[in-house]
Amino acid sequence: MNISDLTILNQAGVTPDSTLSSVVSTRRNILEMTQVAEEAVLRPKEAGAFPHDFRAAIATRVAHLAGDDALAAHYVTNAGQYAALAVPGASGTQGEEFAAVLSFVDKVANRTREAAAEDIAGLQAVGVADADIVRLCELVAFLAFQTRVISGLRLMSEKPA
Amino acid sequence: MTRIVHKFTRRVPEWRPRLMPVKLEEATPEQLDALKVTPSSTKVSDYVLTLAHDVESLSIRSPLFNAIMYDRGGMSREERELGALAASMVNRCIYCAAVHADRHARLAKDEAVTDELFANGEKAQLSPRNQAIFDFARKSAEAPPSADVQDIDRLSKAGLSDEEIFDLILSSALFGWANRLMHVLGDPVSRKEAA
Repeated sequence: MNISDLTILNQAGVTPDSTLSSVVSTRRNILEMTQVAEEAVLRPKEAGAFPHDFRAAIATRVAHLAGDDALAAHYVTNAGQYAALAVPGASGTQGEEFAAVLSFVDKVANRTREAAAEDIAGLQAVGVADADIVRLCELVAFLAFQTRVISGLRLMSEKPA
Repeated sequence: MTRIVHKFTRRVPEWRPRLMPVKLEEATPEQLDALKVTPSSTKVSDYVLTLAHDVESLSIRSPLFNAIMYDRGGMSREERELGALAASMVNRCIYCAAVHADRHARLAKDEAVTDELFANGEKAQLSPRNQAIFDFARKSAEAPPSADVQDIDRLSKAGLSDEEIFDLILSSALFGWANRLMHVLGDPVSRKEAA
């Protein structure tokens, strides 16, 4: 395991010589699978309706919504033409499908408990395919996991011994 | 007749997708591989068939889920279930909460903790160790996460090792992921035979 290749350890500031490094190493398989999962949602072989740069913009947006501006900075570098959508609140100028996708992302990310059948029906109504709805959920849901592992590790490293 | 379940329960509901799952007879070789089935299989859950729309995520999430919840060492399985349940309560994922409350009660051989949680939610009164675990997992699941360094300190003072704290971070965060699939993509409905 090369720590510098793992986003969660990078972002949490867990260096190879830190105490936390030996703690997290007990779950090395999980750390490595988490990185594979990041590939699967950010840079999948089959991207469907959402190309990699758009996914990076969504990841940036969700990181901001989770209060993690450092992680957002990590993702925005790959957002390309979609970088403007990475700012929470921005709805883009590309039409109703984009607007529906972005408002869905914001709700699933930070108002999860309010998500309802109408939200799925709303995406279908503007022409988002069922497979793409699942892809979008996986992306936002993975980010919820990743931001929380990072924030938890940062808290562990702040705790006085 | 089925009806949507809105209250927390340990009786595990069925899960009804809000969109069309992958049809097994139309699944690609990659999807069949991720589903670990042969084309002749008939019994695959609608939940897994729904997630098969994104086969790359499904393929990695299943082993990741199993490692976080079941790998040996570190935090007990019972306490990992408490972390999962706390997140599921925050996100109001009735299905996930039912599964993990039921598992907690079985592993603990006691329903008192989950009864108290379902009765009193955030104000539940638990043993000091369970309280520290539940409070951290609950705050971590809020959006944005609101746990702070004092919550981690309380975990240490309640006797958790750093390895256990890391396992708790993983199990509660994992349900930030699972809840956003299960709660968003489908409805928990009462089982027909229970009506």
